[in-house]
Amino acid sequence: MTVSLREVPELSDPFDDEGRDFAKDIAYPGEYPYTRGIHRTGYRGKMWTMRQFAGFGSAADTNARYKYLLGAGQTGLSVAFDLPTLMGYDSDHEFSEGEVGKCGVAIACLDDMKRLFEGIPLDKVSTSMTINSPAAILLAMYVAAAKAQGVTPNLLRGTVQNDILKEYIAQKEYIFPPVPSLRIITDMMRYCADDVPQWNTISVSGYHIREAGSTAVQELAFTLLDGFTYVECGIKAGMDVDEFAPRISHFWNAHQDFFEELCKYRAGRRIWARHMREKYGATDPKSWLLRFHTQTAGVSLTAQQPENNIVRTAIEALSAVLGGTQSLHTNSMDETLALPTEKSVKIALRTQQIIAYETGVAHVIDPLGGSWYVEKLTDQMEKEAEEIFAKVEQMGGVVRCIEEGWFQREIARSAYEYQKAVDKGDKVIVGVNKFVEQGEKLTIELLKIDASTERSQTERLKALRARRDAAKWSAALEAVRAACVDGSNLMPRLVTAVEADATLGEIIDTMKSVFGTYEETPEF
Amino acid sequence: MTERKIRVLVCKPGLDGHDRGAKVVAAALRDAGMEVIYTGLRQTPSMIVESAMQEDVDAIGLSMHSAAHMTIFPKVLQLLNEKGLQHILLTGGGVIPDEDIVALSTLGVGRLFGPGTPMADIAVYVKDEVGRRRAERSAAGVL
Repeated sequence: MTVSLREVPELSDPFDDEGRDFAKDIAYPGEYPYTRGIHRTGYRGKMWTMRQFAGFGSAADTNARYKYLLGAGQTGLSVAFDLPTLMGYDSDHEFSEGEVGKCGVAIACLDDMKRLFEGIPLDKVSTSMTINSPAAILLAMYVAAAKAQGVTPNLLRGTVQNDILKEYIAQKEYIFPPVPSLRIITDMMRYCADDVPQWNTISVSGYHIREAGSTAVQELAFTLLDGFTYVECGIKAGMDVDEFAPRISHFWNAHQDFFEELCKYRAGRRIWARHMREKYGATDPKSWLLRFHTQTAGVSLTAQQPENNIVRTAIEALSAVLGGTQSLHTNSMDETLALPTEKSVKIALRTQQIIAYETGVAHVIDPLGGSWYVEKLTDQMEKEAEEIFAKVEQMGGVVRCIEEGWFQREIARSAYEYQKAVDKGDKVIVGVNKFVEQGEKLTIELLKIDASTERSQTERLKALRARRDAAKWSAALEAVRAACVDGSNLMPRLVTAVEADATLGEIIDTMKSVFGTYEETPEF
Repeated sequence: MTERKIRVLVCKPGLDGHDRGAKVVAAALRDAGMEVIYTGLRQTPSMIVESAMQEDVDAIGLSMHSAAHMTIFPKVLQLLNEKGLQHILLTGGGVIPDEDIVALSTLGVGRLFGPGTPMADIAVYVKDEVGRRRAERSAAGVL
């Protein structure tokens, strides 16, 4: 039984391939339907990007961590924002109390963004920002911060997660209702296609769906459905699918069950390619490619015997590499307890470097392709995902299923079934329900977040509000409000607003006044 | 007279939306025979205590992974005391360092459960602790 409680065969053989066709279903790397990978040259052509998600405290604290990671050989940046930023509240809002800089870095205004990347040339690094509801504003801040460095938007490379559908489904960091949220996203796709052509506008994310408790197939199917929904929105907004689809990327979870994960990546590439070409009529091969980032599974880490997490993470990372990931974050051993220390994050990065440069696995593309078990499981996961697509369509589509809580219930049920299997001992977790050490004492150091961030952020925002040009500021916010109403593209107005020192919270409040807010019906 | 079922309020306070743990524990307590009210997300301490009063619960469980626990737990506790609801057990779980658990326990917060806790442990604790508190109140003539 896998971690998704799937029964698997003891042995596979070549006699149950159900008419699998090499050219049609598997093919060579870099060839449709890309089951084996999107690049003909695999990692020999380009090593995956080693991108550790990081952020805590103030912009200055995180800037120091970025420089440390770049110094240790990391090849891309990945910003973790604190909860107030993720939810569109300024650091001095009452709901932000106790949360400023705790789970990520606090960014409330353009000045914070500039400090975050001080001394890091934005035309030289690629930056991923894990931000969803307020993604348009944070992208505007990034563009404005780059301009201040003398870097034009067309040189910027990076990603905003911007996957609002999975927020309603799993991670629950939503602000606006689905319809205006999707409109903001289409504005971003339009703007980036014109002005920031190297930017990935959406990272369609299965990671959070899986962390919330889904099975591997649910992660695969729900995520691809979200991706298809964005494609449909872009087409409905009058764009040519090939104009924006090449800038959509994906983000998978690498969980413990090695082969099921590997097959998930392979099946995902094939399904995306087939739907993009056959259903949505994309003709540019770049639109067919499922490019993805992977993060090892936070939920697979244990608080017990935390050093064992290094081993778990290494094995999960290996599945992502053998599955052809374009970039990778490896979790640190201490993350069930706190944000990671410098030492633990370095071990996590070194894990990737060892896989890349010592094990030899990067020399060969899709080395497990052709395994009877792997091909069979890939086919099976594709088939199961297609069944979920049909079901969701029958129920009225993704937005309808979100509003009715269907995805949320499916995930909660899987999470509960899994927990019962763990509690019964049917699923073994080393150090938790087997090989337990009684009276275990924590032996690793934990990172402490300085409580002064909240105070200093509050003071800085107060000073900003006092010194900015009030007339320019209110005109810029009014332009944002007007665009929310009349449908003109929000992005240029957001850039102007952040340059006029409008804060994140002020802009979000302006947008809320037109779009309203979303609430879900609590269910368990 | 049969004793009334234990009523538990399960909450996600603060801005965090990671509700897997809250939902799993809510389902486990329900299946252990308790009446569970799940508030959903983004509950402020005053909303939590208001719901606890309205729903006449025996216990409140807070699920927290956002490191805001040292702000939220003491506030909920303070509001419970102000409203004369000291008999309600305040417990919870999530990503909470050991030293913070000790500090919160000193303030009067009940047991806090970390990652890897079997669901049955939580149910047994809530049953025992609520039972103990009910017996105390009954002996004191309050119930």
